[in-house]
Amino acid sequence: MTLLRIEGLTKRFGGLVAINKLDFDIPAGTITAIIGPNGAGKTTLFNVIGGAMRPDEGRVTLDDKDITGWRAHNVAREGISRTFQTTALFEELPTWVNLVIGYRMRTRSGILDGVFHTPRSVRERKDTSQRVLETLAFTGLGDYADKPAGSIPQEAQKRLAIGVALIGRPKLVLLDEPTGGVGLGETDEIISLIEKIRDSGVTACVIEHKMRMIMHLADHIVALNFGVKIADGNPQAVCENPGVIEAYLGECIA
Amino acid sequence: MKKYAKIGLYLLVLAAAIALPLLLNMSRKGKNHISILTLGMVWAIAALSLNLILGYTGQASLAHGAFMGIGAYCFAILFERVGINFWLAVPITCLVTALIGFLVGLPSLRTKGPYFAIFTLCFNVIVLVVFFNWTWLSGGVQGQAITLPSYLSQRWVRYYVVLFFLILVMLIERQIVKSLAGPSLIAVRSNENLAEAVGIRTFREKLIAFTASCFLVGLAGVFFAMEQQHLSPEATSYLASFYILIYLLIGGVATLGGPVVGAVGLYWLLSRFEKSLGDFRYLIFGLILIFVIIYFPMGVVGGIKKLWEWAKERWGGKEVPSDTLAYRGPDEEVRGVSSD
Ligand SMILES: Nc1ncnc2c1ncn2[C@@H]1O[C@H](COP(=O)(O)OP(=O)(O)OP(=O)(O)O)[C@@H](O)[C@H]1O
Ligand SMILES: [Mg+2]
Repeated sequence: MTLLRIEGLTKRFGGLVAINKLDFDIPAGTITAIIGPNGAGKTTLFNVIGGAMRPDEGRVTLDDKDITGWRAHNVAREGISRTFQTTALFEELPTWVNLVIGYRMRTRSGILDGVFHTPRSVRERKDTSQRVLETLAFTGLGDYADKPAGSIPQEAQKRLAIGVALIGRPKLVLLDEPTGGVGLGETDEIISLIEKIRDSGVTACVIEHKMRMIMHLADHIVALNFGVKIADGNPQAVCENPGVIEAYLGECIA
Repeated sequence: MKKYAKIGLYLLVLAAAIALPLLLNMSRKGKNHISILTLGMVWAIAALSLNLILGYTGQASLAHGAFMGIGAYCFAILFERVGINFWLAVPITCLVTALIGFLVGLPSLRTKGPYFAIFTLCFNVIVLVVFFNWTWLSGGVQGQAITLPSYLSQRWVRYYVVLFFLILVMLIERQIVKSLAGPSLIAVRSNENLAEAVGIRTFREKLIAFTASCFLVGLAGVFFAMEQQHLSPEATSYLASFYILIYLLIGGVATLGGPVVGAVGLYWLLSRFEKSLGDFRYLIFGLILIFVIIYFPMGVVGGIKKLWEWAKERWGGKEVPSDTLAYRGPDEEVRGVSSD
């Protein structure tokens, strides 16, 4: 079953066509990887799906609902959350407050509920606390709960960014280089976290350069070059695709 | 432990604030000080209101002087000319100020950073010009007088009224910041793109914070009018916007004590040296501002908090409070996670 469908998606920056008539599907309950050389348009694709940028042409549908050109907060509320290539966090705030903010779109109490301490506010705070605890456990960040997000190790920051994206129970998470900037020996926890995401029933779409990791993780790979899809299919097939080898891999290591 | 120290400190300051007029009321000179402190607390309410939109939500409004003046005039007109009951005029004034704030926020909050500051500053200049020229509204150069009900004629009574409302505003702001709505506001300040990406409607959050902020600064306007008992168009001046901003910056943004310490302390100092130093005061004022911004970017109260945490880390137990923000909320349950 298809969760997200991309049809004829195009995004231009002036004369540069960053993504060019792209078509592909993300099946529900899987891990889809997006690969391609630097500047291939991978991050731009996430920006367009996530609502940070409007596409010039094409359609994005989530669960048969057209969400093309929606604003980022509405896309998030509809069930697509994302992380950023350069880790984005609310750095001066403690880890657990970052999570509280991530869950905010699922609660409705406003400032008047806060001032008057309404039953709704009490109930939603309980609910939020509960969900924060679950997510701290899920991402293994319990030890850092009280530390400002900007002060915890890079690898933990990456997991926190994923936690912030997950806490609002999305249908689909877009992870832009979840192990980028993390030492090779430190990626295990992040990799097992991504597997846990799939096992919990949430669909994931991952941009990665680390091929060994991708071959192990992904159920499905889409390869881009200059904004054009050059391959799409199961990991082995994409890895052995001559076009992909020429444009990106050099050789298939797996 | 820290919690009790903090509550103790607040109670101590409260006790001093309650006792002060009793002491000051004994001498003629002291009575003037009561008035100065009352106005200082009025500015503290204004600084607290700015704190909501600037300190927590990160949008630098330079129109709060105008809104305070609008609140003051609105109150004076309702109470003096229309003849509405004093305590009924107070909430109406706050609502009117909030409504105008909402309407100004609609276009202005579409702009970001310095553009928002410039937009709001322009609004303030326009309001000042309007109040100068619409003499039917403002009373022109003669201004608008306010005749207080007799029970408010004593300075110490007005002092306690304003003290009561100052505490109320502090409590309201604390409730807002500690509720679930608080982190949404702080998220906008901290990283607007990320906030959008996690589903926070940042424009809406800003508009809510700005409207609430104008509601509160309207209250400051009411008590400004009450204490001055006379308003001229200058009451809406952008200079007031800068005063409020400076009180907040020096006291400490995104803290509850900061705006109060900054406003009461600086207003008192400025009045204290009015005779001896004249306009040179402002030079010193400027130097203090530069010093604080360079060495204590979180203001005096933020600086004290830092020192306190540093001292605790150095000599105290291993529990290190992790943030300098007032927000610690929702519940102890979460905090329990990290300790085991
Ligand atoms: N906001 C922008 N304005 C103009 N050009 C942009 C913008 N964002 C991206 N580009 C250009 O679009 C192309 C695709 O960029 P994108 O960031 O999507 O690549 P990428 O595949 O994520 O690369 P990397 O692996 O280095 O992250 C690049 O040529 C880039 O310079
Ligand atoms: Mg990229």
